[in-house]
Amino acid sequence: MIAVIDYGMGNVRSVVKAFASLGYEVSITCSPKVIERASHVVLPGVGAFGDAMQELNNRNLTGAIRDTARDGTPFLGICIGLQVLFDSSEENPGVPGLGLIPGTVKRFQPADPELKVPHMGWNRLTFVRRPPLAEGLAENPFVYFVHSFYTAPADEAVTAATTEYDVTFTSMIWRDNMFATQFHPEKSQATGLQMLKNFAELKI
Amino acid sequence: MLTKRIIPCLDVKDGRVVKGVNFIDLIDAGDPVECAKAYDEAGADELVFLDITASSDARNIMIDVVERTAAQIFLPLTVGGGLRNNEDINNMLRAGADKISLNTAAVNEPEFIQRASNRFGAQCIVVAIDARRLPDCPRIGESCDPAELRWEVFTHGGRTPAGIDAIEWARKAQELGSGEILLTSMDGDGTQSGYDIELTRAVSEAVDIPVIASGGAGNLDHLHHVLHEGKADAVLAASIFHFGTYTIGQAKQYLAERGNPMRI
Repeated sequence: MIAVIDYGMGNVRSVVKAFASLGYEVSITCSPKVIERASHVVLPGVGAFGDAMQELNNRNLTGAIRDTARDGTPFLGICIGLQVLFDSSEENPGVPGLGLIPGTVKRFQPADPELKVPHMGWNRLTFVRRPPLAEGLAENPFVYFVHSFYTAPADEAVTAATTEYDVTFTSMIWRDNMFATQFHPEKSQATGLQMLKNFAELKI
Repeated sequence: MLTKRIIPCLDVKDGRVVKGVNFIDLIDAGDPVECAKAYDEAGADELVFLDITASSDARNIMIDVVERTAAQIFLPLTVGGGLRNNEDINNMLRAGADKISLNTAAVNEPEFIQRASNRFGAQCIVVAIDARRLPDCPRIGESCDPAELRWEVFTHGGRTPAGIDAIEWARKAQELGSGEILLTSMDGDGTQSGYDIELTRAVSEAVDIPVIASGGAGNLDHLHHVLHEGKADAVLAASIFHFGTYTIGQAKQYLAERGNPMRI
């Protein structure tokens, strides 16, 4: 059973609907116990870094997420669910993240006024290495983004894919059982559904 | 590179698409879910449902439409029309909408944008602006000094003048937490004679958030001009796609050949 963590950070329904349309059983949960028992764990969410950390702390979820990351359960972070894996963010300085991936989250500050923030719309992935989630995808597929901050890992070895927007930023990370995307697979049509299917098919 | 988006807009009344979509053989061309699926397959980059239902009793019909659409389409979906408070927004987001567009309610009470943005995040709050050139300004297509042009905001589907400047309003909407502007030229809307390039450019240069241009699309060159000279980040169009004048694929091909980054 796939656990999708609902911690008050925006709409988790689209992720749930995407898995459901692929025929997978999903539990929407904020219970650490359910998360620990799940075969797969998804941390979605949109909004601010500080709010996300506060909501996770208020619900005592940080321990369950850290355990999941350690015990080899396939884990997928999406959007803010990627950013909170890092140490800190320029969005809310002083707020510690989960610290599972060393590095920081930075704000887009394009000098070119034609580059709008948020980075919103369809952009390409360039795979640095092909994670199992990329099975069956085009070489440089288009995926849907909406974000104003991007992740900068201390160790580039965690980067699975990059995307160009003012800078070249890490748009997907992969370390062992942990996957996380800055883009929204649940909004990326066939490409995104294929990634979610690949994730759901991962075995511990 | 971030691509320019093509966004078909479906007007929905009492759960049915007004005019319908006629570019392929649909079993039911008036069913919003069928139309959304057709556009999904045709390569649309996002979809907009504009609920023009007059009575608020019918709001539940729209929630059902959004729910059924979101179960089948995995593409960003914006829903607008008649949303008056955070509860309305919450219901629509829970049904599966990704973004909400606010128009009249935001003009009447600008702080509503802030409340909605604080609760749901700026990324899902789109402020829709219906703008019209002041009567003493040159019309669309007439040569003029853009510095002399002024636009007034209209509400209630373009019927009521709000007495505020469209450019100022766009800046304020961004300040209050809007993540995107959906800008409709009331002068261009329904004419199929082209977008208001000067309006789009003025708003796009006044804000840092993405601007979707709407109102006036009649041919593919119009799309190109508003993206290029108008500096829009996305184009919204209805008739030219609904009636099959052009396919989304043709539009993307045409725009790509003219140097616009497109998702093809």
